[in-house]
Amino acid sequence: MTLEIADRTITELGAFLRTRELSSRELTDACLARIDRDAERMNTFLAVDADAARAAADRADAAIARGEGDARPLLGIPYALKDIFVTRALDDDGRDLPGGLPTTAGSFILEGFRSPYASAAQERLDDAGAILLGKTNCDEFAMGSSNENSAYGPVRNPWDESKVPGGSSGGSAAGVAAGQACFALGTDTGGSIRQPASLTGTVGMKPTYGRVSRYGMVAFASSLDQCGPFARSVPDVALVLGALAGHDPRDSTSVDTAVPDYVAALSGDVKGLRLGVPREYFVAGMEPGVEVAVRAGIETLRDLGAEIVEVSLPSTDRGLATYYIIAPAEASANLARFDGVRYGASAGAPELWENYTRTRGAGFGAEVKRRIMLGTYALSAGYYDAYYVKAQQVRTLIKAEFDEVLSTVDAILAPTSPTVAFPIGAKFDDPLAMYLNDACTLPVNIAGLPGISVPCGLSEGLPVGLQVIGRAFDESTVLRVADAYERAAGFADLRPAMAPPGVADA
Amino acid sequence: MARITRADVEHVAHLARLHLTDAEIDRMQAQLSNILEAIETLQDVDTSQVGPTASVIQLENVMREDEARPGLTREAALANAPLRDDPFLRVPTVLEEGR
Repeated sequence: MTLEIADRTITELGAFLRTRELSSRELTDACLARIDRDAERMNTFLAVDADAARAAADRADAAIARGEGDARPLLGIPYALKDIFVTRALDDDGRDLPGGLPTTAGSFILEGFRSPYASAAQERLDDAGAILLGKTNCDEFAMGSSNENSAYGPVRNPWDESKVPGGSSGGSAAGVAAGQACFALGTDTGGSIRQPASLTGTVGMKPTYGRVSRYGMVAFASSLDQCGPFARSVPDVALVLGALAGHDPRDSTSVDTAVPDYVAALSGDVKGLRLGVPREYFVAGMEPGVEVAVRAGIETLRDLGAEIVEVSLPSTDRGLATYYIIAPAEASANLARFDGVRYGASAGAPELWENYTRTRGAGFGAEVKRRIMLGTYALSAGYYDAYYVKAQQVRTLIKAEFDEVLSTVDAILAPTSPTVAFPIGAKFDDPLAMYLNDACTLPVNIAGLPGISVPCGLSEGLPVGLQVIGRAFDESTVLRVADAYERAAGFADLRPAMAPPGVADA
Repeated sequence: MARITRADVEHVAHLARLHLTDAEIDRMQAQLSNILEAIETLQDVDTSQVGPTASVIQLENVMREDEARPGLTREAALANAPLRDDPFLRVPTVLEEGR
């Protein structure tokens, strides 16, 4: 089967652009046509500016004609940003900039917000010549594993419209899976890039904490949040990470360390690498079809010459409780800024105190309120030591176990999500069941390590992801393992059958 | 410790400056109790010899030069304000707590 233009990889499309077989304008139009075709049934995007995207594509085509394409691999490539990255929409006089997109974080409390500055992610991708199509739907303030917590309605999984795409970066994952964008950015606090990548058959990476600037990313849990790419191949993820990575003095948690050439790291060779498989990650509640696919993926890497060793991360089952103290505690502090005074919605109450509580009560959705309450409780007098300090101590243990294992192996292999995509509504009223979706991903955030999810086949007709976890700042080995697997496994051309019967791209 | 009372919910909502309806308070009481019960399992872990980790990267305080540089203009900073009284933000009446 020949893939349509909108379904191809950046690596292929970049070659077409540079040889002028395809223009950025044509590619951008192909993505916009997909966005338009599937807008109502998928609900992927919260804002699109087609005119601005086409104008940027024309500028990219002019730059390619000047020969700039060779040195700029993302030049002319259309992409989407999770609507948690601010995009500049106001000029210095406070007036609307043409083509400026709003930023909502999936919340009513930011409805109508127009940022006066750009996120580092937008700046870096602009500099790389990529074409911003729009902002993708997500769980409110990135809190969720199904995208059902968006104030603007759920996103549907392109593999099966009755299923969730995962979350919180569900719109970015679904958009890339459905050919609406060649890549997209998400954010990952407990699995919000890797889990939706797994559920939509895309490749999604959370870089090391400190690797990528978070300037202009709406904060959820500041000791855990990181941003990273979704794409349709591992080399594509490596390209985008290369454009994003690097020190930014505006984010004081961004680390000033050299950025290697991630594409050059993709040797296709894993011979001699030691890869650890932690027994605790094959948990009760894991679907049999997921385990079969993940174990087969591990065998593929063994066949390629990697040495597979069983390892133990004994505190894995403490990850969920640790995370659900630390993340809500930090969220409760970060979300204190939404006060109805400086920006965002205001309840218009006549007295300040009342206006705070009414604005926040009306502006935040149920999950965000739950986490603010949980975090405030964990930080409140009398509970701080028992909950918050305790969780930080267990965090030390979890990190030490990863450090010890990663001193004996080059990377860790694990499932990304214990299940395939589940029906919309299935877990919505059971927060604990929903939180279990991230059991295999959130320990990686607790330890601040890089992790990627790469498709490893289907179960019940739905995608499964294999997770590769590496040492801090060693994204190169993580990408190398994932790429070697992707080349050998034969799942790289899997795409959802989204087009309505009889309808193909123009 | 995990059992949360209605008064606990109201107290925490007050600390969080969050208005909750009666129905939300009922639901929150049940859900927070369930979640806290799951979190309680951490109490079994022996951490007597373990220090806390607040951040995985061991950065010292990050300082910059104390020099003026361009920032947001006043107009851009005020543009999203629900209420303004140029060149200021405007807030509703501030009353004493426990009015």
